[in-house]
Amino acid sequence: MTELPLMLPALPEMVLAVAAMGLLMFGVFARGNAFTACTWGASYALVIAGLLLTAGLGTRVEAFYGQFVVDDFTRYAKLLILVAAGSSLLMARRWMIAEDIQRFEFPVLMLLATVGMMLMVSANDLIALYMGLELQSLALYVMATLHRDNARATEAGLKYFVLGAVASGVMLYGASLVYGFAGTTGFAGIHAAISGDAAAPVGVVVGLVFVVCGLAFKISAAPFHMWTPDVYEGAPTPITALFAIAPKVAALALFLRVLMEPFQSLQTDWQQVLIVLSVLSMVVGAFAAIAQENIKRLMAYSSIGHMGYALVGMASGTSEGVRGVLVYLTIYLFMNAGTFAVILAMRQQDRPVEAIKDLAGLGRTQPLMALAMAIFMFSMAGIPPLAGFFAKFYVFMAAVDAGLILLAIIGVLTSVVSAFYYLRIVKVMYFDEPLEGLDPIRCNALRVIMGVSAVVVVFFFLSPALVVDSADVAAASLVAAR
Amino acid sequence: MIETIPFLSIITFLPLFGAACLLLVVRGTEEEVANNSRWVALWTSGVTFALSLFVWIGFDPSTADFQFVEKVDWLPAYGIGYHMGIDGISLFFVILSTFLTPLCVLASWEAIKTRVRDYMIAFLVLETMMVGMFCALDYVLFYVFFEGVLIPMFLIIGVWGGARRVYAAFKFFLYTLLGSVLMLVALLVMYLHAGTTDIPTLMATAFPEDWQIWLFLALMASFAVKVPMWPVHTWLPDAHVEAPTAGSVILAGVLLKMGAYGFLRFSVPMLPLATAEMAGVIFVLSIIAVIYTSLVALAQEDMKKLIAYSSVAHMGFVTAGIFAMTQQAVEGALFQMLSHGIVSGALFLCVGVVYDRLHTREIARYGGLANNMPRYALVFMLFMMASVGLPGTSGFVGEFLIMLGVFQVSNWTALLIALGVILGAVYMLYLYWRVIYGKLEKPDLKGLMDLRPREAAVFAPLVLVVLWMGIYPNTFLGPMQATVANLIDGYQTALAAATDGVAVAAR
Repeated sequence: MTELPLMLPALPEMVLAVAAMGLLMFGVFARGNAFTACTWGASYALVIAGLLLTAGLGTRVEAFYGQFVVDDFTRYAKLLILVAAGSSLLMARRWMIAEDIQRFEFPVLMLLATVGMMLMVSANDLIALYMGLELQSLALYVMATLHRDNARATEAGLKYFVLGAVASGVMLYGASLVYGFAGTTGFAGIHAAISGDAAAPVGVVVGLVFVVCGLAFKISAAPFHMWTPDVYEGAPTPITALFAIAPKVAALALFLRVLMEPFQSLQTDWQQVLIVLSVLSMVVGAFAAIAQENIKRLMAYSSIGHMGYALVGMASGTSEGVRGVLVYLTIYLFMNAGTFAVILAMRQQDRPVEAIKDLAGLGRTQPLMALAMAIFMFSMAGIPPLAGFFAKFYVFMAAVDAGLILLAIIGVLTSVVSAFYYLRIVKVMYFDEPLEGLDPIRCNALRVIMGVSAVVVVFFFLSPALVVDSADVAAASLVAAR
Repeated sequence: MIETIPFLSIITFLPLFGAACLLLVVRGTEEEVANNSRWVALWTSGVTFALSLFVWIGFDPSTADFQFVEKVDWLPAYGIGYHMGIDGISLFFVILSTFLTPLCVLASWEAIKTRVRDYMIAFLVLETMMVGMFCALDYVLFYVFFEGVLIPMFLIIGVWGGARRVYAAFKFFLYTLLGSVLMLVALLVMYLHAGTTDIPTLMATAFPEDWQIWLFLALMASFAVKVPMWPVHTWLPDAHVEAPTAGSVILAGVLLKMGAYGFLRFSVPMLPLATAEMAGVIFVLSIIAVIYTSLVALAQEDMKKLIAYSSVAHMGFVTAGIFAMTQQAVEGALFQMLSHGIVSGALFLCVGVVYDRLHTREIARYGGLANNMPRYALVFMLFMMASVGLPGTSGFVGEFLIMLGVFQVSNWTALLIALGVILGAVYMLYLYWRVIYGKLEKPDLKGLMDLRPREAAVFAPLVLVVLWMGIYPNTFLGPMQATVANLIDGYQTALAAATDGVAVAAR
């Protein structure tokens, strides 16, 4: 009889997977619409998974014969993913019901996507990596088309699927090249195979570049960003809110591990690629957003820009850089969750609207909502004392420390350009006269998420150490594992 | 006893507390809210001013050390702290900020009719940012306040401004931000070299000579925009013209001082070698600012724009004075900044008085106001004379000291900026002539009321201070002396050490 592999470290993932299947069964056999019940069930599953994450804090455990790893870095990233998924789920409930797409598959798919993302974060092997990535992607493709009678949503889903499949293919090809030259798919094995005195074989470098391209697609870094605006615009807004946060966190965490662990000795090679990706993303994010009229498209370009800033930290390739990326992601999570709560609250005569001009005069008609949105916009522009400033501060600090001063200068300059379009939203809300006005917010979940995010963003400066120190521990656990 | 109270934090955050009260507590009908907001803002800023006077009283002028120091860990692992303190350079800027804010609240009493609560909140937040910036002794803290000013000012210009307010607000924000982010990179470089962002420690750190020039340029990108120095001054006329009266007062009175303060706090003490090297460039830019913008001011048709350009010219004096690095010149520069803060603020208020009545700032629409507004004409004349630099007013002391100091370093610079004094007299007198003198012919001017009691109450303290500064400047120069002497001492020592080093290397 063969011994079962060590599985306990994956308990949070297993809870979510079992919950997903249980809820699926419940949804199929329940009488009436199981959407609300499934949403609450999924929320509880996320909370339980979050509590289970804390087990064994501070230790590094490998499971499934080394394919799956749990350390402080994965715990940190998974916590962000769970918070992001949970907030999207809560924000979605009312919206889905109002739009008459209250399908119980949504929470189930959300759980499956979350499992996939957590697997990505914990992947310690190219195969585990691919499995996690595909589980996540397939669930997300379906979610993008959840509104199946809507042509735009269907188009978004299809586009996402086709381009995503190409990216996965590219990455798989790269992974197979790496396997061919390194002789193993395990991260530790790859590291051992290529970190000798001899120069790494060209095939590994080519494979690495393919893998990086695939991952860049998943975080929508330029020049692999083409799908982002269309998918963001087409998908139902709560799902866009999910797209904007959780998969980015997962893919960036995975990205960090791949670069810092197996390919750490090729830093000089991947650093150039990352610098290019980062500069392009920041520039595209800054300039392309200026002309946008639709707020979801604007957020798409904004997220491309933000990924550029996160890549600045990653390009420095140091523990400070990893810390910077984690701090950035944490703050990004709150800014984006809050912004999307505002976008979801944009309704006129009970129809959702998404043009920037619909926000006109919000400062008078709904002062608190406008204030929250203004806080998020100033924060995204990186104006102190709001949290967004500290996010940029830490990644640029890492970049300057690693000698990438030019990259930091390009970064701060593009942040000025992007300040223009964030300010434009503030301008529309406060300087323009109200046109039709928006409906008052009816959903408490949106109010809570807006309020909590705004408070976090405003008061982050009181004790940045709360986040930064944990991020530091997480970053150290990743870098120490080399 | 007085040592244990965190005075600086209290005066920094009291306005913020007032703003929070306005946001959360004040309720009622629109009219009630507006009225309560005005009173809350006035009381908050008034109490803040009163408290800041205690700081002045408790200030020990005999030492160059930082006083009222407060130090709390903020990011302990990274050498970044919440560190506050003032010295002879920052003392009067703190008081200038707390002095002007209640006057601005009073000046906006009736001029602002819409969204009064939001307006007052913006002003109180702005006060916190300004005071905090002058008190900050940690570079990151300084940067937070320095940039934080942008948010309330952007809203003040954009929401309550004139016809082209959106353009002006964006230009102000983006211009300033562009400069500041370059300073952020310099901040990071300095931090990674010194391992801390504590300003006193950074002042004692010797940065490598070949870095200094780059760091200096990055800092200058930020401070020069704020001052503003020619050729990056173009945001100022737009912002001034479009801002509401009180916004212009704060812009001219305090925000412009942030740049020059930055030069004195960072560029000069931390980067002495680059300062010595760049002084010539700064002199040239200052001369251009003084002469060119004075000529531009002469050609203006809009009162606010004229005063805005005169601000650029006056700040040209200040930058020349700072980089002359003699005792008289630096003290003169500091004095000139204070004087300009009061005088240009008062001039904007003077414009505001007639603007509130006639809703135009076009000079040609006025004339002969001396006939029916004698008190206004008198007040306006005093501030006009102070701006020109008439002996007995505050403007004279600053300009005189600067020219005296600059003359010791470069007599050509002194000669050319002295030309600015003459041009200043020309454009100010020309303005005064067109607005106040002549026959009262235009029918809509005949009905204008003279200063109301509330307006007189705003001007009275300003008149008093301008005369006080002009007649007995020592009250203000005294506390600066030790700090300025120490600054120049440190600068000379650093230069001497560098030349010694070069001499040793050459041998």
